[in-house]
Amino acid sequence: MSKAVIDVRDLEKRYGAVHAVRGVGFTAEAGTTVGLLGGNGAGKTTTIAMMLGLLEPTGGSVSILGCDMATDRYRALPFMNFSSPYVDLPHRLTVRENLMVYARLYSVPDPKTRIAELAMQLDMEDFMNRPSGKLSAGQKTRVALAKALINTPKVLLLDEPTASLDPDTGDWIRTYLETYQRENGATLLLASHNMQEVERLCSKVLMMRKGEIVDRGSPADLLAKYGRKTMDEVFLDVARQTGAANRKQEDRETA
Amino acid sequence: MSGNTDFTPPPASLFSAGRIGAMALRYFYLLRNSWPRLIEMAYWPTMQMILWGFVTKFFIGESSWIAGAAGVLLAGVLLWDILFRGQMGFAICFLEEMWSRNLGHLFVSPLRPHEFVAALMTMSLVRTLIGALPPALLAIVFYQFSIFSLGLPLVAFMACLFFMGWGVGLLVIGVILRFGLGAESLAWVLVFAFAPISAVYYPVETMPEWLQTVAWCTPSAYVFEGMRAVLFDGDFRLDLIAGAMVMNVIYFAIGAFIFWLAYRSARRDGRLLQLGE
Repeated sequence: MSKAVIDVRDLEKRYGAVHAVRGVGFTAEAGTTVGLLGGNGAGKTTTIAMMLGLLEPTGGSVSILGCDMATDRYRALPFMNFSSPYVDLPHRLTVRENLMVYARLYSVPDPKTRIAELAMQLDMEDFMNRPSGKLSAGQKTRVALAKALINTPKVLLLDEPTASLDPDTGDWIRTYLETYQRENGATLLLASHNMQEVERLCSKVLMMRKGEIVDRGSPADLLAKYGRKTMDEVFLDVARQTGAANRKQEDRETA
Repeated sequence: MSGNTDFTPPPASLFSAGRIGAMALRYFYLLRNSWPRLIEMAYWPTMQMILWGFVTKFFIGESSWIAGAAGVLLAGVLLWDILFRGQMGFAICFLEEMWSRNLGHLFVSPLRPHEFVAALMTMSLVRTLIGALPPALLAIVFYQFSIFSLGLPLVAFMACLFFMGWGVGLLVIGVILRFGLGAESLAWVLVFAFAPISAVYYPVETMPEWLQTVAWCTPSAYVFEGMRAVLFDGDFRLDLIAGAMVMNVIYFAIGAFIFWLAYRSARRDGRLLQLGE
């Protein structure tokens, strides 16, 4: 039996009386992609933040690569990475400088070669010497992905990796992620609103609503279960049950 | 597919000079890419020095106390700037991460909080020296006063002032981490609360008795008294350096504790992802 690379058990985050995440548990085996799906305020980003150790859970546990993220996360962090629209890279540094800093933070051997490799693979060579703050949305996404891949991570957490991209660039990024995973056997966790992306990349999908996992399964299983033709329709079925309640929870969390 | 099922990460190092170097490199890039920042670093200390240089020239003829050690005001200006710039350089480097919404990336990298603090200390040292060196050299040319004539005690004075700046800096970034960028002005103003009681330009005994007690609770008062002892009497007072060091340990411990509390609360409340402009 294969050992889980990601093992999340009964994860909980409470802000006062509000449960942002409650009873979340799942595993991800090596080389698989797990999708976190849910509307705004469903608890996807909170779950990822707890998995990374950026946010302290109120209860439950997260183990990544066999390391308990509450007590031993610095053992796992060199072999993980993440990308999120909620954090940026320093705007005044060029793309090359930003990648060099992160290559050194992750102790990447031969950082210049790794950066050149990523620049070529992600088609960034034309803007490597441009300040990161002066890039288009598509370029920024590629740079964020390059930063997330700088240490060739074994576990990659991606929060909306193709948000605000045109369909062509989005498709290109998805192809790149598939190739990366195939070549490196990496385990991916993907939080996304893009159902085509989820359907294409994920072997397991967790549907979240109001901080809880309300359903799970492969995209094919979920399509069959809800009697739908697309994951968009499944998503709407799940989200619309309590769409208004979700917005209220999001308002409370933001406040 | 080459899975990583059986991969077990090796033990993590508690301290890495490489990671501190990476952060120092990040701030070096920032300075290299912005010549106005470089000029600004030396601009205010130089203006201060020119102003106090003329004040000194005027008072040499009017005050027997100043005439006793012509460089006492200029040395005060230059050493105060070490404290001010040391604290500000520390806090500004931290603010750079908040302004660029980069803290989330840093705190999920292998960089540990104490390595981050060590990088801030390194850059505070570099930024302060960049700012302090030009006015120190100009003072030699224009006013025939060399701060370097203080000799070895200068190193001790500077070390004490840097440590005080870092202690106050830790407190400042802790408060900013807790309350957000609304508190960023503390990075510029907090250290000035120490100016009247640091005895920069006048001895501690000038102050009212009750304030003298407060003054002796600051490492800087010991340093500036020590500076005057060297300039007026040629006496390097080890007791004053010891006093400054004891106070520095207390200041640094309080600053580190406040920062630790703020970091813990930011992780508990999820602010590490949300901090930014």
